[in-house]
Amino acid sequence: MTQLAEKNDVIQQLQKEVLSLQGYKRASGSQSIKTGLGLMERAFPGKTFPIGAVHEFISNAIEDTASTNGFIAGLIGKLMQGGACLWVSSKRTIFPPALKIFGIEPERIIFIDLAKQKDVLWSIEEALKCESLAAVVGELNELSFTESRRLQLAVEQSNVTGFIHRYNPKSENTVACTTRWKVKPLASVTESGMPGLGFPRWNVQLLKVRNGKPGSWQIEWSAGNFQHIPKQVFSIPEIQTLKAG
Amino acid sequence: MPKRFVAIWFRHLTTDWMVRCQPHLKGTPFVMAAPERGRMVIKAASAAAEAKGILPGMVVADCRAIFPALQVLDDKPGQADKLLNALAEWCIRFTPIAAADPPDGLILDISGCAHLWGGESQYLKDIVTRIRGFGYDVRAAMSDTVGTAWAVSRYGKIKPIIEPGCQLDALLKLPPAALRLDAGILQRMEKLGLYQVQSFINMPRRVLFRRFGQNLLTRLAQSLGQEIEVLQPIQPILPYQERLPSLEPIRTATGIEIALKKLLETLCQRLIKEGKGLRTCIFKCYRMDGNIQQTGISTSRASRNVEHLFKLFGIKVPGLEPALGFELFILEAPVVEDVLPSQNVLWHIKGNRSDTEIAELLDRLGGKVGMNTIHRYLPDEHYWPERSVKTATSLCEKPHTAWRTDLPRPVLLLPQPEPIEVTVPIPDYPPMLFHYKGKLHNVVKADGPERVEQEWWLNEGLQRDYYCVEDENGARYWLFRAGHYGCGEPKWYMHGFFA
Repeated sequence: MTQLAEKNDVIQQLQKEVLSLQGYKRASGSQSIKTGLGLMERAFPGKTFPIGAVHEFISNAIEDTASTNGFIAGLIGKLMQGGACLWVSSKRTIFPPALKIFGIEPERIIFIDLAKQKDVLWSIEEALKCESLAAVVGELNELSFTESRRLQLAVEQSNVTGFIHRYNPKSENTVACTTRWKVKPLASVTESGMPGLGFPRWNVQLLKVRNGKPGSWQIEWSAGNFQHIPKQVFSIPEIQTLKAG
Repeated sequence: MPKRFVAIWFRHLTTDWMVRCQPHLKGTPFVMAAPERGRMVIKAASAAAEAKGILPGMVVADCRAIFPALQVLDDKPGQADKLLNALAEWCIRFTPIAAADPPDGLILDISGCAHLWGGESQYLKDIVTRIRGFGYDVRAAMSDTVGTAWAVSRYGKIKPIIEPGCQLDALLKLPPAALRLDAGILQRMEKLGLYQVQSFINMPRRVLFRRFGQNLLTRLAQSLGQEIEVLQPIQPILPYQERLPSLEPIRTATGIEIALKKLLETLCQRLIKEGKGLRTCIFKCYRMDGNIQQTGISTSRASRNVEHLFKLFGIKVPGLEPALGFELFILEAPVVEDVLPSQNVLWHIKGNRSDTEIAELLDRLGGKVGMNTIHRYLPDEHYWPERSVKTATSLCEKPHTAWRTDLPRPVLLLPQPEPIEVTVPIPDYPPMLFHYKGKLHNVVKADGPERVEQEWWLNEGLQRDYYCVEDENGARYWLFRAGHYGCGEPKWYMHGFFA
């Protein structure tokens, strides 16, 4: 038994070293940040949501974009903690008042609306180098490996968390981001017999994660937190009568 | 500090300029003429023409009789003023206060400038030789007052630099015209036999006033320094300005950057001392050939951080064209604001970081992609979705009202509502299905309506009834119906997407 424990220790030590070599470092202050992702956190290296890394989100339809934005907003709400966030995009449709329910003070977000993709990339990189920011969101279509590598290097220096949201990319090419996500909307559930819409629910797919285990979860955003929902709920189709509230 | 002035007299301003434009005219007798009362009158004559006895004010036909081979060119009215203004601007390299003195002169306020050129005689020599280098025939004089400098530059014969306090001695031998008097007074003096200033300067002032009026007394007092004469500088003097003349013309980017850094350091030191920071800053480079290159930056918050400002200029410096080289650099801060000590208001930055870093990042971004791309939003008290947010004017502005969370609002809002086709069971019910972008969506769940009225004092139009709907795939939409049933077919629109 003692041998096994020692082995585990050695393996953990080695894993830590490998992680630090790969540019993943656990900031000393980040223990206090709880994303509230619950079960999902087991998928990440070190069992915590990677802060100081670049996350890539892909959405193909505008409905998915809305859900992805909701999920990102929920994460940023947890990360910001009174800090500032930069939202760089070329065709922005985000409606700031809606961010409030995801725990974000919308006035703390600075939006940068640019026309050219090149400027968007440059701005994201500049922003990721600024250590005073809590998070940076970049909305664009295409991201090449070289470009993503630059973003990753910027983040390794500054420990800012970056969210790259690619809308309708031509190809889902390999990039140097720590994770790749896809978020799709799920039918919401209301209390039995009540008309109207329930809390936003999403099917969150973690397609790639460096040094972690990809997976898929179904979560709901309610009461300012992510809540996991057991899958069997969705095996029963919802039958709802149409009623105006 | 005792005042010193330089008066520069261009003896043949327009004709010298003509020679500069058309070098083949050099040394030939030619005149510039303009029509006046039905005849051509000479406005300016070149030095060679003046030697032939052709003077401004004569009629061209008479001059042709004196000298048949005379060349006559058209005189453009206002050309002299334009030239003087340009020359005055060029003279800013010698002193910040340069004024045009129409019709043919410049006045420079050189108080405290001459020592930079190694003394007054060196300074004056430099001015004269450089303007002569352009081809202008000039005379210049230096004195404690504008009046004496003017007089000596036009009529002085002995020396151009009048020692401090010696204005009276310098004026004594000069004709009355040296006092810048009206033609009427000069004529009267001529009649009375007063050919030199010394013949009347000791007369009682009362007598002079009765004979010649107040004008003479004012001019005398101004020339002697008893009355202050105010100059109209060609460029207003900015309170926050730093200058750096260079001995050798500077052509390399490194050289320009060194100059810029030096200027920024002195300017920022001054700003720190006064508790201020700059919002806009202009960097001007005076080129050897008279061209002025300039570039500017602006910051989102009063700043006096040399490193940061230097970085902002860093993108712009390659755009400057030194050609033969820059000889003077000026850094101006036209807009300066107080730096508030309590800046950490909006964001609570963790650790020892400050939000100045964010302001500096925004300056960098704004400098490259334009400040109008940066937005921050505050709640506005309107129900109408497009009007429920307003842009924050500054980086520190806080919301006056709370953000509303009691009404559902979509994460994505289309900038323009897009028309959709719907099937509705009965009026005021949410749609059963709708077509959006060629795709059919069956509505499974719905919520609403939420009626939002137009604000009649802002805009006329139909009210909107908003519905939140969810289709069979779980996607959530924000639709609205514009107008009532009963008065025509109401139109339906897609306006947003919920998370």
